[in-house]
Amino acid sequence: MSETSQAGARIMGATGIASGLGDQGARETAAIVAVALLVIGGAELLLRLFQVPQYILPAPSAIAGVFVSHEIPTILQHYAYTLVELLAGYAIGASIGLALAAVITQFPFVEKVITPYILLLVTTPMLALVPLLILNFGFGFTPRIIAVALASGPMVMINAATGFRRVDTMKIALARSCGASTLQIFTKIRIPMAMPMVIVGLMIGAIFGMITAVGAEMSGGGFGLGSRLTTYSSTLRMPEFFACIVILAVTGITIYAFFFWLGKRLAGWES
Amino acid sequence: MQQTMGKALNVRGATKTYRTQSGEVHALKDVDLTVRQGEFIAVVGPSGCGKTTLLWSIAGLHRLTSGAIALGEEWITGPHPSIGMMFQEANLLPWRTVRKNIDLPFEIRGHRPEEARIQTLLQRVGLDGFGDKMPRELSGGMQQRASIVRALASDPSVLLMDEPFGALDAFTRDEMNKLVEEIWLEARKTVILITHSIAEAVFLADKVYIMSARPGRIARVVDIPFPRPRSLDLMETREFFDLVNRIKHDIQHQPAALPAMARSGATS
Ligand SMILES: Nc1ncnc2c1ncn2[C@@H]1O[C@H](COP(=O)(O)OP(=O)(O)OP(=O)(O)O)[C@@H](O)[C@H]1O
Ligand SMILES: [Mg+2]
Repeated sequence: MSETSQAGARIMGATGIASGLGDQGARETAAIVAVALLVIGGAELLLRLFQVPQYILPAPSAIAGVFVSHEIPTILQHYAYTLVELLAGYAIGASIGLALAAVITQFPFVEKVITPYILLLVTTPMLALVPLLILNFGFGFTPRIIAVALASGPMVMINAATGFRRVDTMKIALARSCGASTLQIFTKIRIPMAMPMVIVGLMIGAIFGMITAVGAEMSGGGFGLGSRLTTYSSTLRMPEFFACIVILAVTGITIYAFFFWLGKRLAGWES
Repeated sequence: MQQTMGKALNVRGATKTYRTQSGEVHALKDVDLTVRQGEFIAVVGPSGCGKTTLLWSIAGLHRLTSGAIALGEEWITGPHPSIGMMFQEANLLPWRTVRKNIDLPFEIRGHRPEEARIQTLLQRVGLDGFGDKMPRELSGGMQQRASIVRALASDPSVLLMDEPFGALDAFTRDEMNKLVEEIWLEARKTVILITHSIAEAVFLADKVYIMSARPGRIARVVDIPFPRPRSLDLMETREFFDLVNRIKHDIQHQPAALPAMARSGATS
């Protein structure tokens, strides 16, 4: 449990780096662009210089080429499936995780009883369950959505619980001295106090969900970006393969940036 | 005597025992206290003698093991709208602006914030125009000013203060003391101030209650004779100095138990 919250703290710590992207000076932006160009250009140069075959590692230009090729509509179509699975599974997993965290932490005994099972869910690689889920639910969306929910829910839950467990006796006393009900203490004190960790949990959950969605797609079913990865790699179409990887990376960064922005808006008071 | 007291705050036989894993802690034992309406009293005593426990009982934040507390004719069994509380270190909610912090008690009670009153108070404590600031953007002294406004905004008749200025530097603390006296002279709330600073207690209060520890009880009551309004210069006078030292001496040289004195102190 403490490991996940540490992971959370680490990710929050990393937001310091990302903040440079957002609102720092033009010089920093220039430096970031320069480094990116250097890395991409360097890779291009080295791969050409040593004449590395495309099926081992395609040059950045070849990968970029995929985005203007006739293959891109297919890729995007499959990407849309992946997003649907991610959004559906995450919506289910995250809301159950959040609700469970909020309720369970109010009852220390219940929490003690339930936490081991949550830890079990956190540490089980949900991908391992996918063949079993497919066996039960067929090759459609259902097993994937379940896998995403199972992967993201416990991550959200365990981090959010860390947040809800924070008690500030003085702030609660303040609310109570004004006659606050248990519900008011919850909405006006506990939820805002938990918010920073809730957002960390939501972010980790979303990224775990994405990884699980793609992994589940690789286990069969023939649709989704994960299934494209399998197809492209088995047919040695490496530029297309890496184009998919780029799309996933951009998705991950977008998720991260979104929660970073959300954290600044809803929990900016803590930094 | 009862008739002249108005809405006095009465504490009778207040006893509070905490049950912990390592046994029972007798935080309060038979504490009797009467604060007349509009009176300003201070409570001093060694750390852990039960001052906070006493204040929390009056605020209705926890139940006494035995004994009773009443405001006028009303028993205090839980938080009471006429009793406002100020906490140590301002206790502002860091995710709310100053103004939203001040609005919190109204929000909780489902009332509209009293706009005119809040504006007057903000001006009074010198926080005019700071409503949109976040607490961390304010100095410690300014945070305490905001917390005074929050406590007074709903116009309670009793104000409880638990070491409100303990975390401030000496200069800011003097300034706050002056402000508190001025506001008290204007509004004449019933005030109970807990403090570790005997000088602060003597400067502000009509009476200083000295508590002794384990079990917590009132050991002595000292009347403060200085006329009001008191200026900060008072703190430099011989009389002030002597009184502070006498109280300090009393606290340091408390016999383990002072049943006779405690009783006389409580009824005086
Ligand atoms: N919730 C609690 N559970 C158990 N014991 C407690 C609790 N609150 C206070 N005590 C004990 O009761 C005694 C009185 O505590 P209290 O906080 O009222 O003292 P205090 O006079 O306010 O001290 P200080 O000057 O340090 O603030 C102490 O011995 C303390 O350890
Ligand atoms: Mg205390």
